[in-house]
Amino acid sequence: MADAVIRTEALTKMFGEFTAVDRVSFEVHTGEVVGYLGPNGSGKTTTIRMLLGLLRPSSGTARVLGRDVAVETEAIRAQVGYMSQKFALYDDLSVWENIEFYATVYGEHDKQHLAQTLERLGLSGLRSERAGALPVGWRQRLALAIAIVHRPRLLILDEPTSGVDPIARRTFWDLIYELADEGMTAFVTTHYMDEAEYCQRVGIMREGKLLAMDSPTRLKQTALKGKAWDVAAKDVLGALAALETMAGVSRAGLAGDHLRVIAETSVDGPALVARLDGAGVVGGRAEAVEPGLEDVFLALVG
Amino acid sequence: MQNSRLFALIRKEFIQILRDPRTLALVLVIPIMQLLLLGYAATNDVRNVPMAVFDQDRSPASRELLDAYRAADYFSIAYDVTTEADLQRLIEDGKAGLGLIIPPGFGAAIHGSEPAAVLFIIDGSDPSVAATGLSAAQLIGQNFGVKVQTQRLARSGIPLNGALPLQVHTQIWYNPDLHDSYFMVPGIIGMILYAITSILTANAVVRERERGTIEQLIITPIRPWELVVGKIAPYTILALLNTVEVLVMGSLLFGVPIRGSLFLILALSGVFLLTSLGIGLLASTVANTQQEAMLTVWMTMLPALFLSGFFFPLQAMPKPLQIISYLFPLRYYLNIIRTLMLKGTSILAVWPDVLAMTVFGIALMALASVRFRKRLD
Repeated sequence: MADAVIRTEALTKMFGEFTAVDRVSFEVHTGEVVGYLGPNGSGKTTTIRMLLGLLRPSSGTARVLGRDVAVETEAIRAQVGYMSQKFALYDDLSVWENIEFYATVYGEHDKQHLAQTLERLGLSGLRSERAGALPVGWRQRLALAIAIVHRPRLLILDEPTSGVDPIARRTFWDLIYELADEGMTAFVTTHYMDEAEYCQRVGIMREGKLLAMDSPTRLKQTALKGKAWDVAAKDVLGALAALETMAGVSRAGLAGDHLRVIAETSVDGPALVARLDGAGVVGGRAEAVEPGLEDVFLALVG
Repeated sequence: MQNSRLFALIRKEFIQILRDPRTLALVLVIPIMQLLLLGYAATNDVRNVPMAVFDQDRSPASRELLDAYRAADYFSIAYDVTTEADLQRLIEDGKAGLGLIIPPGFGAAIHGSEPAAVLFIIDGSDPSVAATGLSAAQLIGQNFGVKVQTQRLARSGIPLNGALPLQVHTQIWYNPDLHDSYFMVPGIIGMILYAITSILTANAVVRERERGTIEQLIITPIRPWELVVGKIAPYTILALLNTVEVLVMGSLLFGVPIRGSLFLILALSGVFLLTSLGIGLLASTVANTQQEAMLTVWMTMLPALFLSGFFFPLQAMPKPLQIISYLFPLRYYLNIIRTLMLKGTSILAVWPDVLAMTVFGIALMALASVRFRKRLD
């Protein structure tokens, strides 16, 4: 496709014998919000560093905004905004000094634009506060302000919401969608399952491999062989032992005070309850539920 | 603005320096502290060494000899003892640095035909005090002997016209009173330039790595040379201000003269800074934390201080160490700044050092810039 903002082909990064990113191929298109889900150490940050030209791919290629990351690194960087999980702020500089510094470095001298950017992120009242004294939610917004101040076409966010409370996270995602509406493309890594649900498409990483990349809905349809059930019983552990070994159940696991069971379509609610009764587990109830990305992740990984 | 990126970097660095109390203390207080400590305390000048005297003669001649020692301010006759054991004890206890034993019959011998002798006992545990004491004791004693001989010849009717067959005249140039501070103050300037620029530069870069801002900077359109210059320019300016500060303080407190051109001193200090900044940048490329950076710089600094002639004269070192000392740019700079400050000669007198220092500076900066790429692997 011509409008691929990111396109990787068999992108690989080795650190000595260790393969951090293993033949990863995907595309991200203009205006999309794409998530990159995986546990720590699954190769998300390494992928991003290759896209930014901070690391040289061991093999394979990556093109960002139509340019090869290994060749036209600087041209790419000028049009990409990046926010790292560390929130790269200068703690002893004020909010304004931070954004002014990065803006100047990018050649953005329009002070009104800086003020508008701060305004938009609700930081106007904190202009003269030291960045180091801000609560983490505000630091996150300032880091985002710095990432977008030079009006980039692609925004790469590396675990932008780690350590931030759920409300601030939700607000943050609203901002990202606002930016996407204006034509900015966003590529966001996360290890929060609920957060990945916000993305239009999600790639699932594990041990350097991209296991799948699609919309959350389609992932649930294709990656999950069957339906999801919430099963409740008095003796939850007894129920777990009974269902784990049941024919047609691909996965059963504890989920709070109940069980999450993924079973083939041939297995229905009454069948699950009957299995519990047969095993002497009383008071069993089964309810069909919408599967989550966690179920997808576990199915892909399992 | 011609280069607003570079200007923004330098401005940011200065704001950070001004707002960080630790850096500020390092820059403002340490140079003065080092100057005062090394200028006053680390002195090798020998004055008023307490002396114990066991005068067994107690004649006019022995008193005259003691007066001669008293007149020189190397010694103060602190103890007058009556037994050799007392004298020994005073030296053992460290109360006296020297002991003088005048045997009985000293006065009679000096006026007779037999040569008279006295015994000096010197506490050698501090070699520099002992060496000065030894030579002063010998010199004063010889002068006394010459005086007695002259008087004796005059009495026997041989005209002497005050002249000895050989007279040695000495003139000490540049530092006639042999003040240690004249030697130390230029050295302190070298040490401060080295320490401040290498430690602060290394820390400034490593701090960016610790905070993750270096990654953010690398992906901006900043060019590598701008990153390097933006990092070193603020510390160069600070170090040169420190140089002026130490020069002024050295002149006010210790009377250390600045006989050469101040402009030349500052210009060559700038060249020397290339070497220490290069070392700081190189240290930052191998260190991951500020502590590691500090240790790395210290590891280069200690041998540099000992092998550059900062404390000990190079001529006295074993040959292999003298050869190794050529690897330390501080060696060249110390010779340059001591020569320019004290002798006031032109750059021609030190051109080999200037050349060697410049080569080191360019090589270190080039090496640091090559290692300082805009990439993480």
